Amino acid sequence: MFLDEILSKYPKDSEYLIEILLEYQASKKNHYISAEDVKRISKYLDIPESKICSVISFYTMLSMEPKGKYVIQVCHDVPCFVNDATNIYDKLVELLGIEDGETTKDSLFTLEITECMGLCNVAPAMRVNDNVYTSLTPEKVERIVNKLRGEAK
Amino acid sequence: MIQQKVVSDRFAKVDPLSIDSFLKYDGYNGLIKALEMHPSKIIDEIEKSKIRGRGGAGFPTHIKVRALSNAKSPKYIVCNADEGEPGNFKDRMIMENDPHSVIEGMVILAYATGAEKGYIYIRGEYQNAIKIMKKTIQAAENKGFLGENILNKGFDFKLEVRSGAGSYVVGEEFSLIESIEGKPGRTRVKPPFPTEKGIHDRPTLINNVETFANFAHIVLWGGDKYAQIGTESSTGTKLISLSGNVKNKGLYEVPFGTSIRDVIFKLGGGVPNNRKIKMVQLGGASGPIIPEYMLDMSIDFDRFENFDSKTGTGAIIVIDDRFDLFDILLINMKFFVHQSCGKCAPCREGHTQVVNLVNKFKNYQAMEKDLLSLENLAKVIQQTSLCGLGQTSMTSIISSLRYFRDDYFARVRY
Repeated sequence: MFLDEILSKYPKDSEYLIEILLEYQASKKNHYISAEDVKRISKYLDIPESKICSVISFYTMLSMEPKGKYVIQVCHDVPCFVNDATNIYDKLVELLGIEDGETTKDSLFTLEITECMGLCNVAPAMRVNDNVYTSLTPEKVERIVNKLRGEAK
Repeated sequence: MIQQKVVSDRFAKVDPLSIDSFLKYDGYNGLIKALEMHPSKIIDEIEKSKIRGRGGAGFPTHIKVRALSNAKSPKYIVCNADEGEPGNFKDRMIMENDPHSVIEGMVILAYATGAEKGYIYIRGEYQNAIKIMKKTIQAAENKGFLGENILNKGFDFKLEVRSGAGSYVVGEEFSLIESIEGKPGRTRVKPPFPTEKGIHDRPTLINNVETFANFAHIVLWGGDKYAQIGTESSTGTKLISLSGNVKNKGLYEVPFGTSIRDVIFKLGGGVPNNRKIKMVQLGGASGPIIPEYMLDMSIDFDRFENFDSKTGTGAIIVIDDRFDLFDILLINMKFFVHQSCGKCAPCREGHTQVVNLVNKFKNYQAMEKDLLSLENLAKVIQQTSLCGLGQTSMTSIISSLRYFRDDYFARVRY
């Protein structure tokens, strides 16, 4: 029913497919589009399910696999790399007990190495869902993770 | 004074979310003046300004603008805010600090070319910029600078924000068009060019955020005066995204012709802890890697053309002597493996093989024949790829083979 609400905001035009997918995924706790969702969107826009799947698999921000409540994306491109981004990633691995692409057993965190997010002036940087965290140090990362754990309780 | 603020002049002065604050600082005066002019006169001024695209390639803007104005309606204008090239953040800064300047530029161009609809395509990672631009469009519509019957001149222009969903290649113009149509961002064969057949096969003009932010100034000053800034071949100012191992990372605006060394040392304050510069990457992951002795090169499209790349985005990434060339190359090449859309073979297969070869050098396991293979493969990818991604992705390899050849030989086993 929540999906229907989002769909009704958009014209029945496949041009809006990516907008719909992004908005719906952001509203879901586990940040993913299920096979059932694909069916309903396909009916609404009157396009084949395969077309929707090809879009989801092309764009890295869209997923058909459930993720954690907090998706942590750490930048690892050159401007962050030369500002010690490797230490930031290693600290997250140590704190969360997971590596790139994995989700914690309690479905709280997903860790992803990501490409440049255009925050090179405040490197190293990471994103947690839609929020950005910049000029990171391992200590700062620990505080952020602890804070998120606290909020989730 | 190394900096000359034109595009970034209002940054920190205006409240980005207040149209009244924008209006206090000359905001929309360029549009008001443009609407008193004949559309063809505006295009003449753009031609006289000699402005070239700020997205990296440096294509003369007036050629695209004239092509669109000669095309039949319906036609579209797109602002390319899919700033995915690593090391670049200038477009984000414009949208977050002076969003109305982008809209003003788009409306001026819509009036000059007769386009009735426009899109601002912003990468999905830029959530803050997306929110700001959506609010800014609303505010501009409410005040009559956008939408129907703009400033009571009987001219309409609708503008929509579209969000990217995580794809670097979508910054390429045809991939971006496919994405706006709600499809995976896989490029098309050109010609026909976007100004002939773009969105829904209709004529489409795509410009970078920074290019749009320049139009109001060109209209207000006149093209001739604008062309006095910068150099003969590259007029105006350039926003520079300075990052890496530099004391004062950040955004700077300098006239074309300024040397890279001045940007790094006089504006950026040099390298922290008195370390030496090992290399500097220009433009982003698809730009050249140059040694310290080349830093006196000026920021100029003609100089950048030596590299066949998208150097003109204005990113400067400083890398100090703690870092190994091959670690940097490997990050660049893995990036392209991930970002290739997979449509054409040289790009899809080639980047994986380049990663294997770079890994050999990184691990001291390369043979002399690997050096030849890398050189050949880089040329094949550059010359036979369909779109700008594969055509420019090898620039860091090709330039480092030229300027850091000793680093390669030091890793070859005999």
